[in-house]
Amino acid sequence: MLTDPPAAAEKIRCDACPVMCYIKPGAAGACDRYANHDGQLVRVDPHIVLERTVSHGGRLVPFQATGDWDGKIVQEQDVFVTAIGAGTTYPDYKPAPFIVSSEVDGVDMVTVVTEGIFSYCGVKVKIDTDRFLGPETATVRAQGEAVGHVTTSEYGSQMLSLGGVHHLTGGSKKEGRVTCDTLMDLSNCKPVELTIDGGATVVVQAGYPPIVNGVLEERMRVGCGSATIGMFAKQWHGKVDEVVVVDDHITGVLSEHQAGKVLDVADTGIKMKGRRSTPGRYFQVAEPGTGWGGTNISDPLAILGPFDPKVARPGMTVLMVSTTGEHAAYFELDEALKPIEKPMPADLKLSVERIQENCEPALCTVLFMGGAGGSLRAGVTDNPVRLTRSVKEALTRVTSGGAPVYVWPGGGITFMVDVRRLPAGAFGYVPTPALVAPIEFTLRLSDYAALGGHMDHVRPLASLKTNADARQVTAPQSLPEKRP
Amino acid sequence: MKRLPQIGFLADGRRLHLQDGPIDLIVEARGSEKSLRAAYRAAISRFTGLLDELCDELPLLRQAADPRACSLKGAIARRMHAAVAPFAAEHFITPMAAVAGSVAEEILGSMLDQASLTRAFVNNGGDVALHLAENEQFTVGMMDRPDKFGLMRTMIIDASDVSRGVATSGRHGRSFSLGIADAVTVLARTAAQADAAATIIANAVDLPGHPAIVRCPAQDLQPDSDLGVRLVTREVGLLAEFEIAVGLSAGAEKARTLLAAGLIDGAALHLQGETRVIALKRFGASVSTGASARVIESLIHA
Repeated sequence: MLTDPPAAAEKIRCDACPVMCYIKPGAAGACDRYANHDGQLVRVDPHIVLERTVSHGGRLVPFQATGDWDGKIVQEQDVFVTAIGAGTTYPDYKPAPFIVSSEVDGVDMVTVVTEGIFSYCGVKVKIDTDRFLGPETATVRAQGEAVGHVTTSEYGSQMLSLGGVHHLTGGSKKEGRVTCDTLMDLSNCKPVELTIDGGATVVVQAGYPPIVNGVLEERMRVGCGSATIGMFAKQWHGKVDEVVVVDDHITGVLSEHQAGKVLDVADTGIKMKGRRSTPGRYFQVAEPGTGWGGTNISDPLAILGPFDPKVARPGMTVLMVSTTGEHAAYFELDEALKPIEKPMPADLKLSVERIQENCEPALCTVLFMGGAGGSLRAGVTDNPVRLTRSVKEALTRVTSGGAPVYVWPGGGITFMVDVRRLPAGAFGYVPTPALVAPIEFTLRLSDYAALGGHMDHVRPLASLKTNADARQVTAPQSLPEKRP
Repeated sequence: MKRLPQIGFLADGRRLHLQDGPIDLIVEARGSEKSLRAAYRAAISRFTGLLDELCDELPLLRQAADPRACSLKGAIARRMHAAVAPFAAEHFITPMAAVAGSVAEEILGSMLDQASLTRAFVNNGGDVALHLAENEQFTVGMMDRPDKFGLMRTMIIDASDVSRGVATSGRHGRSFSLGIADAVTVLARTAAQADAAATIIANAVDLPGHPAIVRCPAQDLQPDSDLGVRLVTREVGLLAEFEIAVGLSAGAEKARTLLAAGLIDGAALHLQGETRVIALKRFGASVSTGASARVIESLIHA
């Protein structure tokens, strides 16, 4: 924190109202509405909505663009009117707190802005690691409470499915509360420690590498063991007699692999443990774990049987490497055809580094997934199902905090959004427990009227521009993108 | 352009919501259609510019009140001073301790000046000014922790009671507390008096020197806090049963003193799930918020 600009350490004076509070960095003023964030005055309306207490229904908190809309229905890059801080309508079936209209190229556009309360919601977490996090369907816990489960592995990643209505409201009170906290923290890009039954403890934070059992994961594997053989066979050819790429999924063996055959790599008499799939490709050479290539081994020789004396000869060289290049060792067979570890020659070391270089940075990514229920849709139109149909027919564009969403086909409006594309602190909760997430529907004014929109509540965009409460935020644009 | 307060009706279309800077009011009146219009118009009119009026005298309002003399000019400022003056000889207290209740009273007063109402309340963030015509009553629901639902108790104030003010103070609110109470709810003749007394009683619920209590100078949190270097409560760890009892007893003793002096009509003190009640005759048993069909007219939370 030594590099912080001096301004960040100073209190600022808020001029939002005549109280003119001095606000220290990280603190809020007397109203709890404005705060000092790194020396800047920001509006920080709480997203906490207390049912049956004061509803902030009448208060409008737009976030506006600096200029007029560019005419596109799809507002991905530009600043956008979002629902964050708009207040919510649940459980009241009244118009969404904030319906804004804007005339664009002669076509009146409407954005219906609300903060949805989602009991049916959760997050899908993709953790880039080959390490064993836990068996499929194993319970994932936060603070000891069940908050979700391990689901199918994907390419180079382990997937978790967290939240959902059963954990939020179906279990004990504490389970619901902890699930709600976990979902909110993950959605707001905060780190959360998760423990998997029969597996690992992993610290997950959207946009950051996972920390598995206290070890920071740096890279995704370049491919499975077999793919790695295919990619690097040429570079190994002539420099080493045998290469084994250790991988929890498919371990590759150069001399037996198709890529080795093409290069006329001679047989070495190597004997692999595990189940042979096709030549040079082995399943289950070891148990899954946090060791070499996502297996549980720390000594790579543990997956080798004795070399075939009819084929192998003393002095033969073997490179063993994991799919991330993180683990590697070099062996020579002695007179008894036993592999003895030796210092790795420089050109092989280079090939290991090349594997490392080709592995992408490991990240955790979090997709929030929620379904817009009847009451939320009723806040937008008096005939909720028409909104659903309009979304399906692509007449209505759905965004969450201005970020693009994927709307799942089929019934209802169930959407997914990358939480890193929302402005900071976009998610809140209610004690139900359920999450509060911003959701916006954008459509032509005429279409809005046709689907039974609350036309009497539509406000022109210009009317928001004089509103002192508007906060301008720039949508996060440059997410760390992976290269293939 | 002149800064205008936010004005709107809540979802029920019944209650008026007024907000300006740190002031957040919920207003409801009952009466004829014509009276309601007049009352709400009066409330809005009085509320506009009210914060500026207070801020004109803010430096003086943030200083310890003189128990004998008042040099403040504004009606609300003078009401604030009058409410805290009875405590000023014995305690450090500034007129700010009664700001919420005093504002609530002022708005209610403006409404009653312009309209005949059967019942009305102005709720300023939990500090409530009441008007009750004959045979009317008002039910107050209390929860000690606004961030948690849980068991809630109710109090009923009816027209035959003398109390027309309800206020709650504690360490979870927006303003700081010198004590450790989760919430202290006080009934008094006026909202301003209830507000000041709730502050004093909540400050008295304390366990000085207890290691589980984290305190911090108020000005480290808010540079211009009227509490200056005084230590305000930031955190209270889990207390043993007897410690809760000792802390509550200290507050209850203060409440009884104020009751004897006629400064309050009753109080309910909450600390870590325990409640101590002083002189509240219609203090309802716990009701589950989920199951109750009863209409809770105002939820008070610290």
